[in-house]
Amino acid sequence: MIVLVMTVLLTLLAVITIVIIRQRSLFAVVILTGVYSFLMASVLIVLDAVDVAMTEASVGAGVSTVLLLATLYLTQSREYPQPRPAIIPLFVALGIGGALIAGTFGLPPFGSADTPIHNRTAPRYLAKSIEETTVPNVVTSVLADYRGYDTMGETVVIFTAGIGVLLLLLGRRRRYSSETGEEIQGE
Amino acid sequence: MRRDLILRIVTKLVLPFILLFALYVHFHGDFGPGGGFQAGVIAAGMLILHSIVFGVRSTKHIAPQGLVEAMIPLGVLIYASVGIPALISGRNFLDYGVFDPHHTPHGHHLGILMVESGVLITVFSTMLAIFYAFSERGRS
Repeated sequence: MIVLVMTVLLTLLAVITIVIIRQRSLFAVVILTGVYSFLMASVLIVLDAVDVAMTEASVGAGVSTVLLLATLYLTQSREYPQPRPAIIPLFVALGIGGALIAGTFGLPPFGSADTPIHNRTAPRYLAKSIEETTVPNVVTSVLADYRGYDTMGETVVIFTAGIGVLLLLLGRRRRYSSETGEEIQGE
Repeated sequence: MRRDLILRIVTKLVLPFILLFALYVHFHGDFGPGGGFQAGVIAAGMLILHSIVFGVRSTKHIAPQGLVEAMIPLGVLIYASVGIPALISGRNFLDYGVFDPHHTPHGHHLGILMVESGVLITVFSTMLAIFYAFSERGRS
């Protein structure tokens, strides 16, 4: 059953990727990227990674779709056709893709339990989480307690990224402060 | 969009439930999937939906831009300051056991919730501030 569901989802992902590449209307591309994110969230649910699926659905399909639509509002919604065929990027893409696929053959078999990642600290977290933190969701206890220092770094990363984007977007705020115009109200 | 009655009414009905779901994801993150990050994104999504339907100006009445921008560092500050009491009492940084010395696991539970609140505030305000910045650019 899981194999069937995964086959359908991954086929749809591949189809949508090809459609995105061939599509010239950027509005359709943005919507299809949202569809891609929802399909990816479904794949992650099948893989029992519900936390990641939730993030993918809310960030990938929700917020980033809106931000991309806002970008389209500021620019144009059609992609100009490539003036000449791009040969070198094609080879770069094929080379990197081939290297990545070759790299997957070095990975341990999917779902095998005797890999290093499952045998060092993970069993201890699973055994002691409730005893030490009273938190049944081990994802949360690892994220915020055992690896709390890492998560603080991640929060700082979000902070830094946010400040950087704000500086890029609002750097010219003063020049336009006297003018009033319309505001974004959707399409 | 201003005269789109069905969209406006449905949005008004749905908004409180989205916020409720965000709070559920945050406070139930210890027991089910989710946590501060997901809750922050969902809450920001609620206000973005509000601004798409009712206009950015009315959203800025609810969540003023200056406040939202100030909340970005506030969340990081909350996260870092949760670790300070442990340092003062001679433990490791971010050792939540200090919040309940008699029953350490309970202190850990409390610490996780506080730390996740910091994550929520930073993620929520970053998403919303970036959206505000985009809408600001539209005026140029």
